[in-house]
Amino acid sequence: MTIDTETPVNPSADLPEDAHQLTAKLRHAAVEALPPQKLMPDRQPAYVASWIYVFGILTVSALAVVILTGIVLAIFGPNWWHVSTVGLFFNSLHLWSVEVFFFCMVVHLWGKFFMAAWRGRRRATWVTGVIAFVISVATAFTGYLSQQNFDSQWISTQAKDGINSTGAGAIMNVTNFGQMIMWHIVLLPLVVGILVGGHILLVRLRGVVPPFAPPEQPAIEVKQGVPADTAATTATAASEVQA
Amino acid sequence: MQTLSAVMVHVLGSLINLDHPGHYINWGFIQISVANLTVIILMVIVFILAILIPFHRPGGGGDR
Repeated sequence: MTIDTETPVNPSADLPEDAHQLTAKLRHAAVEALPPQKLMPDRQPAYVASWIYVFGILTVSALAVVILTGIVLAIFGPNWWHVSTVGLFFNSLHLWSVEVFFFCMVVHLWGKFFMAAWRGRRRATWVTGVIAFVISVATAFTGYLSQQNFDSQWISTQAKDGINSTGAGAIMNVTNFGQMIMWHIVLLPLVVGILVGGHILLVRLRGVVPPFAPPEQPAIEVKQGVPADTAATTATAASEVQA
Repeated sequence: MQTLSAVMVHVLGSLINLDHPGHYINWGFIQISVANLTVIILMVIVFILAILIPFHRPGGGGDR
């Protein structure tokens, strides 16, 4: 018996005997829900050609800079980001990318609110966006607490009473630097990342919300033998009389 | 080179001097820092501009 070692084997090819496996079922479900063309489309509906639709991806871009600069800060630590000029530069990049992130996210949120972007089975898209916004606020807050300077000391001592008044102080001690930095660089970014990822997948799954339909024009009856413009004038005059 | 960087830091740093306590606006029970109010006003302006300014669409109408 000879074994064919020349013919390339495609390990991802569907084999009928593997159809019952969990991996095959998950793959089929994922491809059925989000085929590659839908996941990364080349074209968008014409109504997406507006600057207000740009702020979602600007938010994601700013988040990418936040995460990358945060990784650099985590590698070198507080002594570096407070003393070294390069460290100060990365510290500033981290701060200002967060500012851009929130700026774009709020404009995106306003745009989607006034579009009622939860229409057309898009409730989950809206809700994941809102929760991501709230968790992002908490992530930024723990970031201010993790600066390792007088600002963070001041903010933590001012915030502790507020946090304690909500009852959350039992599990979240804002004066505990170790706990706050772990929340800031592990737990909360993980939650934000999952929510933003899910939010983007939902946008791809349900599509971008279309604009509201224009208000219906009042129907103008065209009388037999009367030119359309005359009929329109008559109808307008009639509506004015009724008014 | 050091002189150049010192000049750059001085020029860029003097655009907006942040080395002072924050300014606050008080209106009844409402208190907001000038910095926060500036950011909110900027967001409103950008929001209005994003709606009003036409978006360049290569290839004319239809799906893009």
